[in-house]
Amino acid sequence: MCDHTFVAITFGPCDSCTLNKPLMNIYLQNEPVNYCSLCVEMMACQGLTQGENLASLKAESEGLKLRLEEERAKLHDVELHQAAEKVEPLGQLVTKARRSLKGHGNKVLCTDWCRDKRRLVSSSQVTEHAVTMPCTWVMACAYAPSGCAIACGGLDNKCSVYPLSLDKNENLSAKKKSVAMHTNYLSACSFTNSDMQILTSSGDGTCALWDVESGQLLQSFHGHSADVLSLDLAPSETGNTFVSGGCDKKANVWDMRSGQNIQSFETHESDINSVKYYPSGDAFATGSDDATCRLYDLRADREVAIYSKESIIFGASSVDFSISGRLLFAGYNDYTINVWDVLKGTRVSILFGHENRVSTVRVSPDGTAFCSGSWDHTLRVRTGRYLSLSDTHTHTHTHTHSLT
Amino acid sequence: MSGSSNIVAMKKIVQQLRFEANINRVKVSQAAAELQQFCMQNALQDPLLTGVSSSTNPFRTQKLCSFV
Repeated sequence: MCDHTFVAITFGPCDSCTLNKPLMNIYLQNEPVNYCSLCVEMMACQGLTQGENLASLKAESEGLKLRLEEERAKLHDVELHQAAEKVEPLGQLVTKARRSLKGHGNKVLCTDWCRDKRRLVSSSQVTEHAVTMPCTWVMACAYAPSGCAIACGGLDNKCSVYPLSLDKNENLSAKKKSVAMHTNYLSACSFTNSDMQILTSSGDGTCALWDVESGQLLQSFHGHSADVLSLDLAPSETGNTFVSGGCDKKANVWDMRSGQNIQSFETHESDINSVKYYPSGDAFATGSDDATCRLYDLRADREVAIYSKESIIFGASSVDFSISGRLLFAGYNDYTINVWDVLKGTRVSILFGHENRVSTVRVSPDGTAFCSGSWDHTLRVRTGRYLSLSDTHTHTHTHTHSLT
Repeated sequence: MSGSSNIVAMKKIVQQLRFEANINRVKVSQAAAELQQFCMQNALQDPLLTGVSSSTNPFRTQKLCSFV
């Protein structure tokens, strides 16, 4: 058997034959192992059943992909917006800016609401106030469900948990606990239903579930072929799954306990920057650099709506639903926020006010407001309501709202 | 020249596709009806659709924000 040349990161005893050789880092049943190239060969051949080789596997994979397309197409009997024809259309969205928070010294990259609805944590290129991190880019942050801690991370490849304290003089960095370790930047993090576990996604193409107390890796999720940019946990009633989206244009749904990739969707034409579950847990929306947002239904196993307009040519960086799921808020790199009617597929409002890219949009847990963070160093909190069509005759508001 | 890592990767892809091909799916019309029903059921509780009165609005202007 011939060896092929590969980049060896490590040299040492092989986990299988124990001889000292250049090692390949591979995953067997989600466990990382280091095998020498000879043992990788032997293991690969053992895994094949009678008559299987690379060519036959390729043929089977093409056949399965075709079959999947056919199965999905058979059930595609109607478009979502056609099914929603009888739904009363929404009138105008009237929003009111409630807060403009200018505390950051730099671009706002990520925000999260606390469950008590009053507090926001946000991260930026250099966090100045709550927590100082040794690295320059904090790309992800999340509130613990109890509101007593926050998790954040970014270019340091780690996710760290900081307990929050009411004592302003306390040095929070001293109490920081490193939980997750990836081999590339941390793009997103989220606590699961307790303060005890954190789910992370990374530029190294994987997602991972960690125990906060011990820092132990509980489960890893492999399936993306490029950076994973975003993740979202299913609403708790619907079980232990989460969705991730990345630079390989795919959105994957995972089982948290087994690490299995349950469903995969690949219809975007560019990087998926943001994924968010529909409030019922039966669908999720994505925002992408291809300037569209899309809705994927999990039970129909396909894309069911595209939210796009010819005039929108900049990527969508962040999406979130209102609590009934009727509205989809999406922040774009052209500094605007577009609000979409999820069922009808139409845009119902466009919001101006930011002076740079909108990097994050989050609806508060009780649904009363949404917050947008931007590279213009501000966070803006807005509330709003829809006028029914009969109301619009008595108001002089236009669709676009510029906020001072 | 060996393609062992290719075979390992290919085998994983085929196993994943077999798994995905076997899941149960419903028609889009049924899925759409359920999405719609959820929206309608929760529309009245959605403050961004119905608005909040000033007395209950947690973001009314008098409050101040402070950094934690």
